[in-house]
Amino acid sequence: MDAPSIETRGLTKRWGSFTALDHLSLRLEGAKCVGFLGPNGAGKTTTLKLLTDMIFPTEGECFINGVSVQESRKRTLEHAGVLIESPEIYPSLTPREALEMVADLRGVPASERRGRIDTVLAEVKMSDWADKKVGRFSKGMKQRINIAAALVHDPEVVILDEPSTGLDPRGMAEVRAIVRDLKKSQRLIFMSSHILSEVTEVCDEVALIDRGKLLFFDTLANVTKRFSDGHASVDVAFARPIAEAALRQETAALSSVKNIVPLGGQKFRIMFEGGLEAQEKLMEALVERHLGLVSMAESESALEEIYLRQISRGD
Amino acid sequence: MDAEEHATVDPRGGYRAPRTSVQVPKLAGYQFREYFRSRRFVILAFIVVIIGVILTAVVAHFRGAIVSTNLAFYGSFWGGGVDLVIVLSAVFFGGDAIAGEFQNKTGYFLMGLPIRRSAVYIGKYIAAYLASALMLLLFLVILVMNGAYYFGPGLFPWELLFSFVLALVYLAAVLGATFLFSSLFKTSAYGFVLTAILFLFGFSLIQDLLTSLVHIEPWMVISYANSVIGEVFSNPVNWGWAGQTTTTMIGPRESLVTYTAGVGEGVVIMIAYFFLTTLAGLWLFEREEFT
Repeated sequence: MDAPSIETRGLTKRWGSFTALDHLSLRLEGAKCVGFLGPNGAGKTTTLKLLTDMIFPTEGECFINGVSVQESRKRTLEHAGVLIESPEIYPSLTPREALEMVADLRGVPASERRGRIDTVLAEVKMSDWADKKVGRFSKGMKQRINIAAALVHDPEVVILDEPSTGLDPRGMAEVRAIVRDLKKSQRLIFMSSHILSEVTEVCDEVALIDRGKLLFFDTLANVTKRFSDGHASVDVAFARPIAEAALRQETAALSSVKNIVPLGGQKFRIMFEGGLEAQEKLMEALVERHLGLVSMAESESALEEIYLRQISRGD
Repeated sequence: MDAEEHATVDPRGGYRAPRTSVQVPKLAGYQFREYFRSRRFVILAFIVVIIGVILTAVVAHFRGAIVSTNLAFYGSFWGGGVDLVIVLSAVFFGGDAIAGEFQNKTGYFLMGLPIRRSAVYIGKYIAAYLASALMLLLFLVILVMNGAYYFGPGLFPWELLFSFVLALVYLAAVLGATFLFSSLFKTSAYGFVLTAILFLFGFSLIQDLLTSLVHIEPWMVISYANSVIGEVFSNPVNWGWAGQTTTTMIGPRESLVTYTAGVGEGVVIMIAYFFLTTLAGLWLFEREEFT
């Protein structure tokens, strides 16, 4: 069996004189998670809607597993789990009934349906609410059911449009955990998001789109390397207060350290070059000097800096 | 149905979506359950009972001519309320059937599934039709209870059953038009208002204008065709495929021309309305974008 794939060829969408998507060509293949980034109105949701035949292209075509979505929506969506625009579920249904409907229409045999439904409800932590009416659910709870609906048939391609939208911080963390779990089972996940830390945490590759045009598409590591001028950065936190000047002095002997930026409180961002080896030495040096180092983590804002730089280039 | 639906084994593994002919009744079933549990179902059932109670009171009060024969009774009672019940049912169950999918964003839940748009449209239509037919049945039960009181439990004319079938045909046409209006707009209110205005007043007005001003048989207006639902209780009945023209002198020089649809003609017009509006609605829905 071929690896799961999503492909767009010259995909263009215009509404009158407004071009929402401009000849987007993208090929995603294999089991991985691809983050689809871009500011509001960049064309992310438009792309995902075109991929699921909710809207129709002005030019170009898109494919799921090599089959044209425009020619055969039914065939292509059989293998895809889709969550677009935080849909509403018929309010009189319970989550179990809504998932029963989805599974039934997707052809999940009756003998397997209950088991599949219980599994996905547990995955989205909604088992306790399985038999309550959806109409009274919060936005976050509905979104979990929507995610469950996208997974009930165990799809090999998963298309998620800002899945954390409307969720509280705990819900967002749970969605990230769900996506990480999905990655373990050989799926291709294409996920649009505004949340850069989310993309950094769960995605292997990232595509950035702005004003309907693809700015880049590569692995997260390559993107960071390509656009960060060779510098990496880590965020460090200390148990005791320490002045910026004192920290500079303590690290002056390390030639790899290029800059230190205070982040407030007892936290700093240290920019350095030399990869993991330099990072290891930096950590050793900070520990040896007994400054009270309590944490060191790769700076989450690496992607954010690249994102902002790339987007502002277009302004 | 295209070639993709003939394959039974999916070379990629996973679950294969059922054929469209199987998905349509499944979807209709789920939609019907949604209607059946909804508040609107209870409200409409209550309204139908109120209409029945009002007609019961009117018949009980005036009796005389109305209950002179069982045909006159059923013609007055059934003919007096069935139109309203059908239009209200269509508005309640069909007015937002398509537009609501856009407005309430429930469409995004359905449209991510491997199902044809036509299957969604037809499934929803069948569900709305069944829910509306239940309302019609409720009205019929009230009527039959009245009839049993006045004429005894065994005296139900066959014309009543025939008229019920005609009402079901008219319901198909009205719902077809309602679904068309619902497909035209992404806001449910427009579908509700347009259906109600057209079927309660609009078509009758057009029919009157055509008849009195232009003096032509208004065969293209559905309110002309649906008059056959009550017509079957009259004596004699025009069963034909053509309408009857009656000219009555209302002064030395003035005459009043009236047209009566033949039952066959009325049925053909209602079926034509059903097909034309349903096909047009389907065509629109196939092209509608979930923006």
